[in-house]
Amino acid sequence: MTFIIISQSLFKYFYHRQTIKLMTTSRRKFIKISALGLGGLATVSTAYKMFGGNSLIDSVIKENIANKFKRTATYCEVCFWKCAGWAYSDDKGNVQKIIGNDDDPHCNGRLCPRGTGGVGMYNDEDRLKTPLIRTTINGEQTFREASWDEALNLVASKFKGIKEKYGPEAFALLKHGCPGWHFEHLFRAYGSDTNAEPAFAQCRGPRETAFALTYGSWVGSPEPTDIRNTKCLVLIGSHIGENMHNSQVQEMSDAIDNGATIITVDPRFSTAASKSQHWLAIKPATDIALLLSWMHVLIEENLYDKEYVEKYALGFDELKAHVKQFTPEWAYGVTTIKPEEIRKTARAMAHAAPAVIVHPGRHVVWYGDDTQRERAIAILNGLLGSWGRRGGFYFKESISVPNFPHPEYPEPKWDWRDIGENFPLAQMGLTNELIRCSIPNKDNKYPIKAWMVAGTNLIKSIPDTKQLQEALEALEFLVVIDTMPMDITGYADVILPECTYLERTDIVRSATNREPSIAVRFAAVPPKYESKPGAWIAKEIGMRLGLEDYYNYNDFDEVVDWQLKEMGTSREEMEKIGVKKYPRTTGSMYLNEDETHVFHTPSGKIEFYSHELAEKGFDALPVYTPHPEPPQGFYRLNYGRSPMHTFSRTSNNPNLTELKKENDLWVNPKVARILGLKKGQYVWLKNQDDIISTFSIKVRVTERVRWDSVYMVHGFGNDNKKLTRSYGKGIDDTQMISRIFTDPIMGGTGMRGNYVTILTEDPHKNEVI
Amino acid sequence: MRYAMVIDTLKCVGCSDCVVACQTENNVPLGYCRDWITETVDGTYPNIVMELKSERCNHCDNAPCVRCCPTGASHIVDGGIVLVTADECIGCGACIESCPYDARYQHPDGYVDKCTFCHHRLEKGQLPACVSVCPTKCMYFGDLDNPNSEVSQLLKNRKYKTLAPEAGTNPHVFYLI
Repeated sequence: MTFIIISQSLFKYFYHRQTIKLMTTSRRKFIKISALGLGGLATVSTAYKMFGGNSLIDSVIKENIANKFKRTATYCEVCFWKCAGWAYSDDKGNVQKIIGNDDDPHCNGRLCPRGTGGVGMYNDEDRLKTPLIRTTINGEQTFREASWDEALNLVASKFKGIKEKYGPEAFALLKHGCPGWHFEHLFRAYGSDTNAEPAFAQCRGPRETAFALTYGSWVGSPEPTDIRNTKCLVLIGSHIGENMHNSQVQEMSDAIDNGATIITVDPRFSTAASKSQHWLAIKPATDIALLLSWMHVLIEENLYDKEYVEKYALGFDELKAHVKQFTPEWAYGVTTIKPEEIRKTARAMAHAAPAVIVHPGRHVVWYGDDTQRERAIAILNGLLGSWGRRGGFYFKESISVPNFPHPEYPEPKWDWRDIGENFPLAQMGLTNELIRCSIPNKDNKYPIKAWMVAGTNLIKSIPDTKQLQEALEALEFLVVIDTMPMDITGYADVILPECTYLERTDIVRSATNREPSIAVRFAAVPPKYESKPGAWIAKEIGMRLGLEDYYNYNDFDEVVDWQLKEMGTSREEMEKIGVKKYPRTTGSMYLNEDETHVFHTPSGKIEFYSHELAEKGFDALPVYTPHPEPPQGFYRLNYGRSPMHTFSRTSNNPNLTELKKENDLWVNPKVARILGLKKGQYVWLKNQDDIISTFSIKVRVTERVRWDSVYMVHGFGNDNKKLTRSYGKGIDDTQMISRIFTDPIMGGTGMRGNYVTILTEDPHKNEVI
Repeated sequence: MRYAMVIDTLKCVGCSDCVVACQTENNVPLGYCRDWITETVDGTYPNIVMELKSERCNHCDNAPCVRCCPTGASHIVDGGIVLVTADECIGCGACIESCPYDARYQHPDGYVDKCTFCHHRLEKGQLPACVSVCPTKCMYFGDLDNPNSEVSQLLKNRKYKTLAPEAGTNPHVFYLI
């Protein structure tokens, strides 16, 4: 293979110099940060040598020496990977830089661009600064600033009112991340277990359900994939490298170094595809056909791990009979992947087995049969004998953090399980069902009247905006807690500004990994503006509700100190090390072949054939069903991640918008020719339900995308003018996702079946604003 | 002592962590950069190749920027690192024009700025900030004069290229291919 060096087509695509309004940064500051890593007298000589003698510089250096840089243990909250690191701050309260903690298994001392750019989350001048209360002035609804006391009293009175009128269950919590933890405690104490987070039904739910059915264990986060020891990594629509799940990316790089075979199945030429020996450019929505055909080859050619299957698995005969019909020739007609390529890749997997990983992926809600696709992935791994094997999946382990003593939670009359009762294998609250129950309907057994939304921008994460808007309209009360004026805050009655992770002591992070470990997050700097930690906000509301017994401490630092002591360490030690590892207590990371291993399934075996699914009326073995295809003139809307952003969360971050300030629409050159689209041109989108995008998006003409699809990075097109850097930049893919294919097994919202047409004229130009 | 950087394009995912790390380490003002990512795509669907890589000043032996600098602000120090003395720089921009790698920019304070291989960190025995953060560990840094260094070994055992070899600058950033 020859690599191309074409100077004309080479472009600095992430970064455009001098296109962004400059911030005036003085040279004094420049030296200040250079001196950061040095310290002491050495600073003087080094900086001096570099810049020559100069009285101005001299005085600055002296000033710097007077400054004391403080290193504080933290873990990142720019994404859910929660890498542990060190925040460096000066005595003026500026966070200068954040670097990874060498002992942390999530980052191994190397943060990703978002973690490194976490400084921008703290510095963002568009942050929420004070509590805000919705009010009406001259018939116009607006927000007014309020004191914490007033805002908290109002929120507490609503909690009391909802409880008296409807019962506490009618107050729901929609959450994500660490703030979610603090508010879940508040809600449970108050008597409500009505909660959900997009992380399940809009993201990884299908794989957790499928792997629980097959192996009796969730995949969980981080994924227990032994990538660094693998000989073959198979990615199906999983774009590691563009999703910057730190340790996964690091281990994929190690695997490349070790000469592992990488097989990527993706209709788009992803970054991972560019690192692969085999890129299977699959026709969208046909993945199950490929998976079944791979199983067919492994069984027909006797390449599967017979010993492993015999010892640990149940239902092989049924599987063998089931996949007999799914020849590579059959799959070719469905997937457009050549039979020889299917055989070759199946053999490559078998050759590497058991050091092979068919990766479960992460955001896997695509077409509504996602649990079945994930089941196919789980079973394929079983045939290869990779679960519990070196270079396959290891047995993860974590240490539990003790709960600070509090009374039992009251028992709610109904909770998230009841709300999700139509989906028998939902393992967590379903946001979409919770939203449905918030829309008044006489048949609704679980009427929800109020929401708290903490740390999640629902407008960008929940498809079918119409239903969401209907629910938001109907709510009697909505309180939103966030660090930024995200879209969802615009619907709130009360907005409470949370401080960023760099400004708060937070829950102890217990990592599930090869070996158990904990990490701490201590406040590196005091909260900016009037913002407050989530733990403080939750407690203040709790105290106003008479829940003192659940908050038997002065501040959250006391809780953390107690927990650390219970876990055999201390604040003093953790301030120095940040991450503490504990020895495994559950035995080896891999299967001990000399012992019988009991899986946590009903049979104690790996269940290829699922009686549980059969009993509930679902296919006991995965079946391929054709999905609708875009009509002429429409393109399937695919979406994904960029390594510099975490959904809409980072889209206004001053450091990260530097790297990518808007998303672009990937269009195949054939399509561009037909529609007369030029690179860099702005276009609007209209979907199959006539929904027109609010904003426009820049065209990127590229061979990396199929002619029947378009692609964009998720999380842009913010519709709140208070986000000054990101307002109106790019298109919000979620706005275009009005059709959902719901997974009947676990309630996931399949989002990859939406089609768009490309509009070159501004459809809003005649609209009166 | 001859410092060099070796970047493995087979591992780089183009995440831009090197760019952010450089900006926070060296306080590069927002809107500017000392390093950046390039993406080169060739072929037609589904036969495509793509190369991602991190670029910066190549710290050339035969550095046009140093040759054309009228004040001597651009100079080469021990280890072959090309530096700019800010106080001696008059901001004429000749070096910006002469650089075949487009590696220099005019700082808002008037002087010309660019990658220093994190000279201030090297003196402390630390790696350049970009190398130290790279999640894929696709960047290597060391002494080419030492035949046993990681960079020397990589260039001995792997296929590599440099950028704009036709410019005759003898650059010291190498790309494994």
